[in-house]
Amino acid sequence: MEEKATIGVSQQPNRTMAPAFGTLDKVEIAEAVKSVLPGGIPVFKIDAGSQELVKIEIIFPGAGATSQPYPLVSVGTNDMLDEGTVNYSAGALAEQVDFYGAFLQTEATLDFASVCLFSLNKHLANTIPLLEEMIKNANFPEHEFDTYIQNKKQKFRVDEAKVSTVARKRFTQILFGDKHPYGNYIIEDNFKSVNRNLLSEFHSSAYALKDSYVVVSGKIDPRMEDLLARSFQTVEAPKKDKITIKAQALNPDRSSQKYFVEKKEAVQSAIRIGRILFNKTHPDFAAMQVLNAILGGYFGSRLMSNIREEKGYTYGIGSGIVSLKQAGYFFISTEVGVEVCKAALKEIYLEIKRLREEPVSQEELTLVRNHLLGSFLRSADGPFSLADKFKGIFDYGLSYAYYQNYVQTILNITPIELQKLANLYLKEEDLIELVVGKMQ
Amino acid sequence: MIKFDRFTLENGLRVIVHKDEYTPLACINILYDVGARDEDPDRTGFAHLFEHLMFGGSVNIPSYDEPLQRAGGENNAFTSNDITNYYLTLPVANLETGFWLESDRMLSLAFSEKSLKVQRNVVIEEFKQRYLNQPYGDVWLLLRPLAYKVHPYLWCTIGKEIRHIEEAGMEDVKAFFKKHYTPSNAIMVVSGNIETEEVKRLAQKWFAGIQSVPKPVRSLPTEPEQTEYRNLHVKREVPSNALYMSFHMCSRRDSAYHTLDLISDLLSRGNSARLYISLVKEQQLFSEISAYLMGDLDKGLFLISGKLLSGVSFEQAESAVFIELEKLKQELISEKEMNKVKNKMESTILFGETSVLDISMNLAFYELLDNAESINNEVGKYMAVTPEKIQQSAREVLVRKNCSSLFYEALN
Repeated sequence: MEEKATIGVSQQPNRTMAPAFGTLDKVEIAEAVKSVLPGGIPVFKIDAGSQELVKIEIIFPGAGATSQPYPLVSVGTNDMLDEGTVNYSAGALAEQVDFYGAFLQTEATLDFASVCLFSLNKHLANTIPLLEEMIKNANFPEHEFDTYIQNKKQKFRVDEAKVSTVARKRFTQILFGDKHPYGNYIIEDNFKSVNRNLLSEFHSSAYALKDSYVVVSGKIDPRMEDLLARSFQTVEAPKKDKITIKAQALNPDRSSQKYFVEKKEAVQSAIRIGRILFNKTHPDFAAMQVLNAILGGYFGSRLMSNIREEKGYTYGIGSGIVSLKQAGYFFISTEVGVEVCKAALKEIYLEIKRLREEPVSQEELTLVRNHLLGSFLRSADGPFSLADKFKGIFDYGLSYAYYQNYVQTILNITPIELQKLANLYLKEEDLIELVVGKMQ
Repeated sequence: MIKFDRFTLENGLRVIVHKDEYTPLACINILYDVGARDEDPDRTGFAHLFEHLMFGGSVNIPSYDEPLQRAGGENNAFTSNDITNYYLTLPVANLETGFWLESDRMLSLAFSEKSLKVQRNVVIEEFKQRYLNQPYGDVWLLLRPLAYKVHPYLWCTIGKEIRHIEEAGMEDVKAFFKKHYTPSNAIMVVSGNIETEEVKRLAQKWFAGIQSVPKPVRSLPTEPEQTEYRNLHVKREVPSNALYMSFHMCSRRDSAYHTLDLISDLLSRGNSARLYISLVKEQQLFSEISAYLMGDLDKGLFLISGKLLSGVSFEQAESAVFIELEKLKQELISEKEMNKVKNKMESTILFGETSVLDISMNLAFYELLDNAESINNEVGKYMAVTPEKIQQSAREVLVRKNCSSLFYEALN
């Protein structure tokens, strides 16, 4: 029922003073609970949320691009898991998935691959067996493979027409070198050489249940685990040895520090500046997250304030630290009007220099601290986010102590320590620069 | 079932409170009933530019973002042709910071010349980044004026052209604020682990003093019925040919909306959908194809768009789409197929209600549509769709004379 608030208009509050607010000093994260299916597959459960639905993700640590024998094999195998199985055609499988209102999501990253089912609890008895079918019985029919490659190639071409895509791929190639899987991105020729047998063989070895683990999040139905056990009971040994390309050529020979790819028709240029760094197992990773936030990690960051809000050169600019299994990297990324490209570059280097030369003020540090803690709280809100938090440590062999340490670092780091980090890791001579577009 | 309470302040501000005991966050979502359709045809892109200016400081608070970030909050906003929606989340203990910030910018902006100058540039760069420097980026700049001749949906939210943004002046900004950014033109949703009484207290404290202004009356030209097929053929530097077909349809508020939404699902939702199976898998005419609704509040558009495989002509592709549409008109769909799209829709709606932010945005939007209660009736409306209704709507909407087609040809 609608009702009018009856309290009269009180006197105006003091609008020039911010209301009192609190600072978070700890963040509680609900931890995943482990159990083991009869066949030996570990299941990590986050039981939270109020809707009768669940996300079930099966992760295969040996099925990412770092384990593939040839480009496109990892992503192709992963994409084609639902394109036909021993018992279902692609269409029949899709029909079942759609009929039960489920969503299947497959993902192949550099380091791992996964298959994910989103389902209402009431349909689990019908949807979990579909997940099983894809993982165990995908058979990569030749005609589906041809269609897949044809369409994938066309999407690839559209993607390649974007300056941001070119910049992203070229940048990691410069950083890691084209021999390492982290830098060896897909090129058009790869579409000619890949074939269904490569995918099928990769599937047999990389999607072995023996190496997998399951992460379940949502409102967990008591019958769910039995259903999982029924589908993923037998754990067969991998049929073939896995090939893992070891971290090689992580420091490739670079002829130069500055790279330029011309796009004559561009009205904006994409800029990437960064370097190889470390991943989240490194003791300085958490502290670098704070430094990164100050520079370009949030809307009020120095790069955003200067280059967007002060100068209006761009719609957006940001920086980040990417953590991969074998390495990590730091990057700054933006797209700016071609006529202000040089000016924007100058300002970016100035902002990095300021981090090295001046300690950050207590006021700014407090703001960044509160922002990061709030962000962390947001990133752990809800069952699916909590599942991501779990994966974020488990994949690296870390425990939940990692997050406590992250919070403590945010709370305790000093301006002097941040300045030291900037001098250690953000020296101008260590930074690689790439511009894709036009430079005037 | 999403529970909420509701009250209205004397100045006309509607407030909805949704309690969620499980989240440590609170969310404030404020929807202003103004969008690009409310713009002067010679001053387009203004509603969106204005959204940027809402972050340039308000009358008593020089910076919006900084105090919010200091309280652990985060915010964003979006503008569409229909509405402008602002939202923030922050730790629930700091909720009052959100009330302070949002109420001050509803009270009055700082109207800083510098902010206007900078945000004009930012928006121009956004225009370039999203509409000019992307393959197929200008599609909507072409398709809207093809489908609409008089209704303001004929221009994009970003505006017709960059010049309109360059010419926006401070007087325009002030007039726009005065007319549209008023308590009676806004709907506020507050959610999190909070009591309605507390929200009432805060709303009273921070928003009640804002002057009441009558809600602006909207009187937009009605788009005349389309009576013949329209076509536009352009050539651009893109990797492959693309086809865009738009059909006029009812408003989001109309009872036929849910039927048409399910038709778009029958056509392209999931890998068992009709267009995907027939045109991508079997006939191999498209590399990808999708059908979707714009969800417009005035009479809107039903879209079908896809990328053609090489060697396929536009005429061939378009007629293959029409053959699929013809099937919907000729044959009643089976109960099984009907249930399939309903199940998928039920699932989509439930998965869309898993965060306080999504729930808050939806509550505000349904309140604007007619009544926030509708949020709980939405699944029922989809369940009430029948194969007969599907056939009837397809016959009315998905016909050639109601279609505007854009042939987007790749040079080379």
